[in-house]
Amino acid sequence: MSSLNKNRASLLARDRKDSKLTVLGRDLIRNRYIYLMLLPVIVYYAIFHYGPMYGLLIAFKNYGLADGVWGSPWVGFAHFQSFFENHFFWRLIRNTLLINLYELLFAFPAPIILALLLNELRLKFFKRVVQTISYLPHFISIVVVVGMLVDFVARDGLINNILAMFGMEPIAFLQEPGWFRSLYISSGVWQGVGWGSIIYLAAMSTIDPSLYDAARIDGAGRWRQTLSVTLPGIMPTIVILLILNIGSMMSVGSEKIILMYNPLTYETADVISTYVYRKGILGADFGYSAAVGLFNSIVSFILIMLANTISKAVSDHKLW
Amino acid sequence: MTYKRSVGESIFSWFNVGFMLLLCTVTLYPFIYILFASLSDPTEMARFRGLLLFPKGFSLEAYKAVLENPMILVGYRNTLYYVVIGTAINLVMTTLGAYALSRQGVLLKNPIMFLIVITMVFNGGLIPSFLLVNSLGLLNSAWALLLPGAINSFNLIIMRTAFQGIPVSLEESARIDGANDWVILTRIILPLSLPVIAVMILWYTVGHWNSYFSALIYLRDRELFPLQLILREILISNSTDNMMTGAATSDRADIGVTIKYATIIVSTLPILLIYPFLQKYFVHGVLIGALKE
Repeated sequence: MSSLNKNRASLLARDRKDSKLTVLGRDLIRNRYIYLMLLPVIVYYAIFHYGPMYGLLIAFKNYGLADGVWGSPWVGFAHFQSFFENHFFWRLIRNTLLINLYELLFAFPAPIILALLLNELRLKFFKRVVQTISYLPHFISIVVVVGMLVDFVARDGLINNILAMFGMEPIAFLQEPGWFRSLYISSGVWQGVGWGSIIYLAAMSTIDPSLYDAARIDGAGRWRQTLSVTLPGIMPTIVILLILNIGSMMSVGSEKIILMYNPLTYETADVISTYVYRKGILGADFGYSAAVGLFNSIVSFILIMLANTISKAVSDHKLW
Repeated sequence: MTYKRSVGESIFSWFNVGFMLLLCTVTLYPFIYILFASLSDPTEMARFRGLLLFPKGFSLEAYKAVLENPMILVGYRNTLYYVVIGTAINLVMTTLGAYALSRQGVLLKNPIMFLIVITMVFNGGLIPSFLLVNSLGLLNSAWALLLPGAINSFNLIIMRTAFQGIPVSLEESARIDGANDWVILTRIILPLSLPVIAVMILWYTVGHWNSYFSALIYLRDRELFPLQLILREILISNSTDNMMTGAATSDRADIGVTIKYATIIVSTLPILLIYPFLQKYFVHGVLIGALKE
């Protein structure tokens, strides 16, 4: 151990004898520059992260802009109750869960399969080109992605033109509730599959090459090597990401859906976060929508805790 | 070590290459279609049905209309402003936090880190954040886009991890020479952390360039709108009518079609152009983030 660390360690040892306040005072003086640097960071987190948490109190209040968070009258769990009794409640829960379920079924395995296939490409140059192209959509803004989608699936758009070539009737994709999830998930896969594969490719690059040599000596072909070496090698990464995914089953971001949906497709498209947006930001029903948001956060929080506990139990990997 | 490839494996290899070519086509064709369509003659494009394999006729009318559109120019200017100022704020704040939280022997380090991690799993949500911005008087001001996202906690942790990887001995020898934390940060840590700083600049920049949601909820004044919000109006709310004031009356309806495509190209071009050169940094960043897990 270096002299300076020893010096700090001895200071810490001396600290142990003194009262907590003295210790803290001494630490604040000793590390004054560090705390000075931390000051804006702490202020930022206090205002913009803990501020809204305090603001969650309005979920239990009849919030009026003039009264403020503290001054508004309490209403207890009235907002929660009216949400649970709302006839859209089950539709919101169902849509939120189903979109996540389909993502788990299609969007989750897609990057794994792509990574496995990329790993089998012999020409390194070709592999690099494919990777570069497949990462590209990740950097396109969601507005442009949805804008392109809207244009392509329009009545006279690219997709319907192709369907017409095969003599099929045009489909009003964005007006049909039945198509919403397919469009949402497939455009998500289109945008994210390449980028998502990076993490698995990175995991593959850490696999010991001698394992492949050993497998080859034992007569394993490429298929066998993939099954017995590559897949087990990336399994920890897959498990972690899977658990993270399951942990976020109850949350779907509103940003993309708000761009894609319309009242005709609310039946399948409306999720909790978009409902909060409509009720709160557009409808200014702050107390109620904050309660709906809080309900969603609490369920998500419980799920992620559960996921982390399971992750700790089944593997050494945990999120924190 | 060589081994013979079985017939099945050869077939697979060809299938695999074919699949990759298909993937590239599916990924790139939408961009190519839009590029060709934007360069097409508006009247021909309006009547065109099917797969576009080359521009239909040639016309720069749409680009002219887009570049003459005052809202697009205002949006572009605002976005550049938000990107530059926003990324600068992000960098300063993230660096300060990452440095302070990566030092050894700071008593309150772990409690503060814990409080930061909590915000990653639990947050107040949309409505309380909106009301906070409102009560701070930031509604309808540029600060509403710049301050609430000043630090991305994931980025903070990635940067902190990178700082922790720098040998402590460098810091110690500087300290013996009388350097304080500010000097250590600016003279030792930052010059040794250029790759992670590049990643941060790129991620924050792309984030600001592409974001529309904060602007959607916090801004009312059209003079403050970033490009993405203008794009949303043109591409999704279909208000190309607003844009046609500059075009000749006869082909108004037609040019609306190509204007959309030209708008996409104009707004996405900066990212498409710099992307191939910066790709390795993006990937590098993902790997730093992955190592943390």
